[in-house]
Amino acid sequence: MVASSSSLKLQDLIQEIREAKTQAQEREVIQKECAHIRASFRDGDPLHRHRQLAKLLYVHLLGYPAHFGQMECLKLIASPRFTDKRVGYLGAMLLLDERQDAHLLITNSIKTDLSQGIQAVQGLALCTLSATGSAEMCRDLATEVEKLLLQPSAYVRKKAVLTAVHMIRKVPELSDIFLPPCAQLLHEHHHGILLGTITLITELCERSPAALKHFRKMVPQLVHILRTLVTTGYSKEHSISGVSDPFLQVQILRLLRILGRNHEESSETMNDLLAQVATNTDTSRNAGNAVLFETVLTIMDIRSAAGLRVLAVNILGRFLLNTDRNIRYVALTSLLRLVQSDHSAVQRHRPTVVECLREPDGSLSRRALELSLALVNSSNVQAMIQELQGFLESCPPDLQADCASGILLAAERFAPTKRWHIDTTLRVLTTAGTHVRDDAVASLTQLIGGAQELHAYSVRRLYSALAEDLSQQPLVQAATWCIGEYGDLLLEGSCEETEPLQVEEEEVLALLERVLQSHMSLPATRGYALTALVKLSTRLRGDNNRIRQVVSIYRSCLDVELQQRAVEYNTLFQKYDHVRAAILEKIPLVERGGSQVDEEAKESKETAQLSEAAPVPTEPQASKLLDLLDLLDGPSGDAQHPRPLDPTPGSALIHLLNLPCAPPPPAPIPNLKVFEREGLQLDLSFVRPPGTPTLLLITVTATNTSGGDVTHFICQAAVPKSFQLQLQAPSGDTVPAQGGLPMTQLLRILNPKKAPLRLKLRLTYNHFGQSVQEIFEVNNLPVEAWQ
Amino acid sequence: MIKFFLMVNKQGQTRLSKYYEHVEINKRTLLETEVIKSCLSRSNEQCSFIEYKDFKLIYRQYAALFIVVGVNDTENEMAIYEFIHNFVEVLDDYFSRVVNNV
Repeated sequence: MVASSSSLKLQDLIQEIREAKTQAQEREVIQKECAHIRASFRDGDPLHRHRQLAKLLYVHLLGYPAHFGQMECLKLIASPRFTDKRVGYLGAMLLLDERQDAHLLITNSIKTDLSQGIQAVQGLALCTLSATGSAEMCRDLATEVEKLLLQPSAYVRKKAVLTAVHMIRKVPELSDIFLPPCAQLLHEHHHGILLGTITLITELCERSPAALKHFRKMVPQLVHILRTLVTTGYSKEHSISGVSDPFLQVQILRLLRILGRNHEESSETMNDLLAQVATNTDTSRNAGNAVLFETVLTIMDIRSAAGLRVLAVNILGRFLLNTDRNIRYVALTSLLRLVQSDHSAVQRHRPTVVECLREPDGSLSRRALELSLALVNSSNVQAMIQELQGFLESCPPDLQADCASGILLAAERFAPTKRWHIDTTLRVLTTAGTHVRDDAVASLTQLIGGAQELHAYSVRRLYSALAEDLSQQPLVQAATWCIGEYGDLLLEGSCEETEPLQVEEEEVLALLERVLQSHMSLPATRGYALTALVKLSTRLRGDNNRIRQVVSIYRSCLDVELQQRAVEYNTLFQKYDHVRAAILEKIPLVERGGSQVDEEAKESKETAQLSEAAPVPTEPQASKLLDLLDLLDGPSGDAQHPRPLDPTPGSALIHLLNLPCAPPPPAPIPNLKVFEREGLQLDLSFVRPPGTPTLLLITVTATNTSGGDVTHFICQAAVPKSFQLQLQAPSGDTVPAQGGLPMTQLLRILNPKKAPLRLKLRLTYNHFGQSVQEIFEVNNLPVEAWQ
Repeated sequence: MIKFFLMVNKQGQTRLSKYYEHVEINKRTLLETEVIKSCLSRSNEQCSFIEYKDFKLIYRQYAALFIVVGVNDTENEMAIYEFIHNFVEVLDDYFSRVVNNV
């Protein structure tokens, strides 16, 4: 270790740090050195200050704190010596960014340095200004910089242009100052200045429409510059892999793009040039391809001639055939943008795009997938879907969801025949069942329901698929629904469209039982299966003991939904056996999107419109019963399709007893008793108004069966953050004794995200002379409250 | 517009970082680790452009050193790819031999 370390040179310090074997040793060395540096700063030694700061900056690069050097930077910048200024400005760029208070103090120094006339110093000042200039500094110094734009020295001009670019980015209002010099700067020969000028003009045009108009007049000049660049031969200074200054070319092309956008006249001036660039550029190396790519982007964006656009698409097609993956990636991205406007041109490259689906690279295959989905139309749909399904089988899981939904959407739009559509959906469900969207099952059931002639076919296909694989939930749901509906067709015998499949009743029932018992089945699926079993009781010719048995077992199931269904189906078997056949009749076609449908509409409906399915309550069963009572027993074309996921036929029985005439309200959600203490009981009742699916109205009812009044009763509620809760005023704050008038309070809960509802209640009241406070969370909230 | 410029070695240590838009210090380390992870996990077969949040990452590997440039949507990826190489060539010219010493 040198004794007086104020004279330790930077190189020596670096050597020492390098020699440290461990992190701890390095830290020690640096801390010692920093202490010396701090002492030196305090002493104010002007001679060695720059050396100290240089060492400090090195230490800063390694990640150690260096903020105590900030004021030293200022002192160094103000010093007349060049060595000082150099390190000072460097320190300012690294340590003094906008958020430091000392930042503004360098403005004055910069101003003096800018007007000094020594190139190197001016260069330093401009560099610092362009790296860390804040908005105030830019405003103060804009005129100085503008003067320097026209200085004789090319070195200073280049730096001044770059500073101007930074200033425009910080303070767009300065554009008036920097607009006039641009015209002259475009005549530069020095590529560095030219590149800076083009960037400056680009920034000006992007930020101000007036500037845009002004610079449109310069399009011919820009065209000339680019043309010279393209046609000059090899120039040692500017050539990169045979292309003359590709960076400048790309920048000019980008500016032309901005100028020519939505402007006929400029676009026309550019047309020839763009064609020339496109054809003359050497595409064997990346530099040439970069220029070509920019050209294509420009052609796409301006109002170019049709021939030019075709040329652009062809270039992209050529890119697709290139072996370099980078180029294919940019080609796919650009084609995706083009496909909206030039659909037919892009179609020609469809085979190549499909090839790209098979790439092992994730980003490429994702782009190829998006593009392929965009290219599907009615003429090529079958071939494309074939390819896409092949892709679906082998693609990585994160792409499977997109692929599956894409295929289903395309199939829906362009399906040539219903049978093909059903086949395709079935194949997608078997391959990627877990990743499909939630309404895929609904669409499939809708589709099958609508295709009368294909009932037998679909039920057989679904049955065989189900028999093989119970794990894909959407498939299982659709298959069980189908079997429930068309079970009789399954057992009937042969269907000419598929191989003869001899199925026994017992097998069908066994399969449904397996679905019920499988641990892979979701509760919803079990619900489907149970309903299907019950429907089969009317469709199958054998006796129903097995079905009855299964249904009774589930009467004590732990899942509330299943239990409720089982109990109600059991009642159907026993007490209401005479109406069972009517209730379980074949379901007519559902109208997607209809929520409250009138009875008249139901009566007249024969064909369904295809639109998005909405959760449908069980009016149809109610109306069926009404029909029954009216001695009509039309099975089809009347009511809506009661989705098995909905409230159960139990509510239909309630409607039977109430005989509603108007469209019945949605099935009521059962009440919940949440609290009971010494005779004071709190019940919650839930209402979901049909018009607003995210709204839930809870009525809290407090009843008092004890001997003493409950007074000062206050009920407060809390819900998770994604919900909105509104408590309305209670009917009173006293609940009289001995079953007096109950107190009610309405809670309005908005659940936009359809998240599971959690509710915490806090009660405070006086009872029997004591004040009581209770806080509890409501459990067992019924699922229909938030679904 | 170029948002940031990173030089990272194969062990995941940042050798050089320059941010052209202000990013908090702790966010910087997070950004760098995520960016490095995505670059290091690419094989030779895959293309050099990655999409990360709202940036596009263009990276290039030189022996044990990765140079990663983060840009926004308006940039031409292939021009940036060329630019990275230009940068390395300039360093090479100026400092005689560009090497990643630990």
